[in-house]
Amino acid sequence: MSDQFLFGIEVVINGLMAGVLYALVALGFVLIYKASGIFNYAQGVMALFAAMTLVGVMNGQVPFAHLINSILGTDVHHFGWHIPAVIAILMTMAVMILLAWAVQQLVMRHLVNQEPIILFMATIGLAYFLEGFSDLMWGSEIKKLDVGLPQGGSFWIEEMTAGLGGEGFYGFFIDRLDIVATVIAILLVVALMLFSNYTKEGRALRAVADDHQAALSVGVSLNFIWVLVWSVAGFVALVAGIMWGTKSGVQFSLSLIALKALPVLMLGGFTSIPGAIVGGLIIGVGEKLFEFLLGPALGGATENWFAYVLALVFLVFRPQGLFGDKIIERV
Amino acid sequence: MDEGYTTTDGRKIGGVVMEMKNITLRFGGVVAIKDISFDIREGEIRAIIGPNGAGKSSMLNVMSGFYVPQEGEVWFHGKPRPQMKPYQVAQQGIARTFQNIALFEGMSVLDNVMTGRLTQMKSGLFAQAIWKGKAEAEETENREFAEKIIDFLEIQAIRKTPVARLPYGLKKRVELARALAAEPKLLLLDEPMAGMNVEEKEDMSRFILDVNDEFGTTIALIEHDMGVVMDLSDRVVVMDYGQKIGDGTPDDIRNNQAVIDAYLGVSHD
Repeated sequence: MSDQFLFGIEVVINGLMAGVLYALVALGFVLIYKASGIFNYAQGVMALFAAMTLVGVMNGQVPFAHLINSILGTDVHHFGWHIPAVIAILMTMAVMILLAWAVQQLVMRHLVNQEPIILFMATIGLAYFLEGFSDLMWGSEIKKLDVGLPQGGSFWIEEMTAGLGGEGFYGFFIDRLDIVATVIAILLVVALMLFSNYTKEGRALRAVADDHQAALSVGVSLNFIWVLVWSVAGFVALVAGIMWGTKSGVQFSLSLIALKALPVLMLGGFTSIPGAIVGGLIIGVGEKLFEFLLGPALGGATENWFAYVLALVFLVFRPQGLFGDKIIERV
Repeated sequence: MDEGYTTTDGRKIGGVVMEMKNITLRFGGVVAIKDISFDIREGEIRAIIGPNGAGKSSMLNVMSGFYVPQEGEVWFHGKPRPQMKPYQVAQQGIARTFQNIALFEGMSVLDNVMTGRLTQMKSGLFAQAIWKGKAEAEETENREFAEKIIDFLEIQAIRKTPVARLPYGLKKRVELARALAAEPKLLLLDEPMAGMNVEEKEDMSRFILDVNDEFGTTIALIEHDMGVVMDLSDRVVVMDYGQKIGDGTPDDIRNNQAVIDAYLGVSHD
């Protein structure tokens, strides 16, 4: 096998791994969109907020330290303890559930039956609010997140595969974090599928997604379900936040990954969980492979725009995405 | 009549299940329901009829909690019902169908019927996550009940079909199945026969009678078609322009001058 070909394979594998991370963010969008018809622009910021909270809790950082210090004239920054990752993750999840409840009670509850565009605007507002709130709560510096996930290249895989190529080939380089992310993403999707198909809350959630009135008539509380949906989306945001935060540090550009999820959704369809996964993988592999094959000829940095162009092509030829519901209104 | 009565076909009718007391419902300046009172007794088939726009559907929406009346009280099982959300009313054991079918189009018939069991399921999320013992037994039990209803309404053949693909008549039947799956103490049917052909109407009438007979379900239904109502129901309330103009057995209603006027019109000379 030629080294060039093997290198191509490595690119594809790495593309798949990157795709998994895109899919994780896209999943959060799909969940909320399916259940409430809201395109949640704040999903990326929620991932940022979750990661910031996790780091803050783990390091025993005092929330709103700057605010407290400037008002009370004190100088507190840290509680002086470190909390184990597992407990910190649980505590962060509790915060995300609280956030879900607050979003529902303070914002979404008052916008029931409004146009989708108004709900969308509300989530834009939420995104900016949450970004500022994270800043106020935890500070704006870039933080390192380490919950004990393995990182760096896997030497085992490199050694195993080194023999495949010739002199210049040193084996596949695959980040162990990417492998962990893939496994976690698979577990997450399986868990979500089980939840939505086999629990009564899952069934109630699908009922609400389908028809509000009918859901009410079988005894489902819309308010409860929406808090539940935002909580689940918060959970997905937490997982995505942990993965991205570990990979590239917890920083405000994290909220921009939400933009990368858009082409993923256009490919996969806004209403399909498998679609979010497949869409993520296609974008991940597509942009890596495109860069590898045509990047040099086009002057490089194609990863910045490839996904959006692909999404544009899909919008023209298959606007509902690969797996989305076809929009047909019977008359 | 407090202890019930016996119908002409010999069925025993029990005490009052639901009582509407002086219900008035307004939408802005429009009075949809004006000071109406009537009761529904255990085991009976109670019909509410009236010409278009008489306020029948509004009345059903008040009963199921979708509308909140400005005046009057709804009594359920001998107690005034505090103001509650539609889902809370459903949890109390009042199931309903809709005039313009409201099914979960994306789900299969079986899944739709299973949503009717939601009020009967008690296991918490955590118990279900572990998926052992009680939660599993509960799921099986509910599934069995759903299958029983499906058999009863003769929709076995379409159990796995997504509802969106079904014709209108069958959708109406699935909606009835979903309402029945909740084992309601009171079943509210909003024009169960609207838009059906004669054959479908006959089927639906048969199912309504069977449901009442087999499960002893108390049924309140709204209907347009006078003929059907007279054959089905034990007692009838007649509404016109938001007011009650008659209440009694089908025979009483047939001979009620106000009702005849409302349906056939009166000459104004």
